[in-house]
Amino acid sequence: MGAITGAWQWLTTAANWAGEKGVWHRLAEHLWLSGLCLVLSCLIALPVALWLGHLGKGGALAVNLSNVGRAVPTFAVLVLLTLSPLGTRGDWPAIVALVLFAVPPLLTNAYLGMREADRDVVEAARGMGMSGPQLLLRVEIPLAYPLIMTGLRSATVQVVATATLAALAGGGGLGRIITAGFGNYDTAQVVAGAVLVAVLALTVEGVLVLAERFLDPMRGRRRAVRTARA
Amino acid sequence: MSGGAAGAGCLARNDWICGEYLRTRGQELVDATVQHLGITAVSVLIGLLIAFPLALVARRWRAAAGPVLGLTTVLYTVPSLAMFALLTPVFGVSAAVVVTGLVLYSLTILVRNILAGLQAVPAEVREAARGMGYGPARLLCEVELPLALPALVAGLRIATVSTVAMTTIGSVVGYGGLGNLIASGMEGFFKAEVLTASVLCVLLAVLADLLLMGVQRLLTPWTRTQARGRGRAGRGARAAKAVG
Repeated sequence: MGAITGAWQWLTTAANWAGEKGVWHRLAEHLWLSGLCLVLSCLIALPVALWLGHLGKGGALAVNLSNVGRAVPTFAVLVLLTLSPLGTRGDWPAIVALVLFAVPPLLTNAYLGMREADRDVVEAARGMGMSGPQLLLRVEIPLAYPLIMTGLRSATVQVVATATLAALAGGGGLGRIITAGFGNYDTAQVVAGAVLVAVLALTVEGVLVLAERFLDPMRGRRRAVRTARA
Repeated sequence: MSGGAAGAGCLARNDWICGEYLRTRGQELVDATVQHLGITAVSVLIGLLIAFPLALVARRWRAAAGPVLGLTTVLYTVPSLAMFALLTPVFGVSAAVVVTGLVLYSLTILVRNILAGLQAVPAEVREAARGMGYGPARLLCEVELPLALPALVAGLRIATVSTVAMTTIGSVVGYGGLGNLIASGMEGFFKAEVLTASVLCVLLAVLADLLLMGVQRLLTPWTRTQARGRGRAGRGARAAKAVG
């Protein structure tokens, strides 16, 4: 129990929140790094996935990419990139590693979402004379929305969690508080850092669940169907 | 890996690929691999032992399903570095920290897949077995479990592969198997050590995956005779999606 009271003391000490190594600064680094990587991953993964899904090609690639991604240890990739020529360029090793890990879940889920869009509906829309882009924007993407968001959620949580590891390879972010604690044998700080990171991950997850509901293009319609069934 | 004469001096040059490293530090690599395998195997086995009853409880009482699935999912969102850090005050700096963390992560995937597999057993099959006088225990062991096996193994494969990868992070407390070599290689800027350990890690994951796939084929001979390939692939994809 000593560790918990110690962590509480650490968290309630104002000095630990201010300055270069303070919580606020680390949190800002963490959010900046995660946000940037997420935007980059979306820009890479979503157009490819939506296009492949629209054409109905490349399924094996899209699905297997995700499985391969799981087998590669993030920590190893981070360290390899840090030791490579890229390592001298500040945050780039962490950014590249995080993007590499966020792309597979985004790509796989968006692709599966597109493929599982009700074929009859898509055919009907085509029969009504919709062009390719219209079909994509007005039928397939709204139908694929739940799975696209599932992918976005797992990618985001993964990126926020993995950004913690950047600290192991000398990067910034909240993980630094934990690694610094390990370095000084300061259990209170280690636990405090862990609590901060865990709370951040859960908060991000919660915000995304809400955003998913709020932004659903079929929000009104799905509810209507549900009440009609009930 | 280049070996022999070509490897001479590669340690001094700090090459990425170095035969000399393999020769001189072979024992270190073997020890790390053994530790890695041990931590992974123990974690996945304990995970399976805990996940199975949890899945049964979630299936039996609908009220329990929400909390069980919710709790394991929440555990999954806790970053690994934070998880290991949170467990250190409980266990001290020991392998138990790493194993417990990995067990908690594997639960999400395992519980969901076991549950999905059991729920996918057709009701007619269950009714038929009951009609033949099977009790609940015999029904579970002799009918439901074999039919749920493909989904169960699909989950086990995902859990094992990600556990192999995640074990490396145990190096923060000194029990990361190959991760220890990656960490020490990073500190000393020792490229061959980092690359060799990383490649071994991926190889372990691939081998473990193939091994489990083989075990599944041996345990479910009937899936090979009916609907070759197609049915199994479909089930695997469905189970993987359940993990999302």
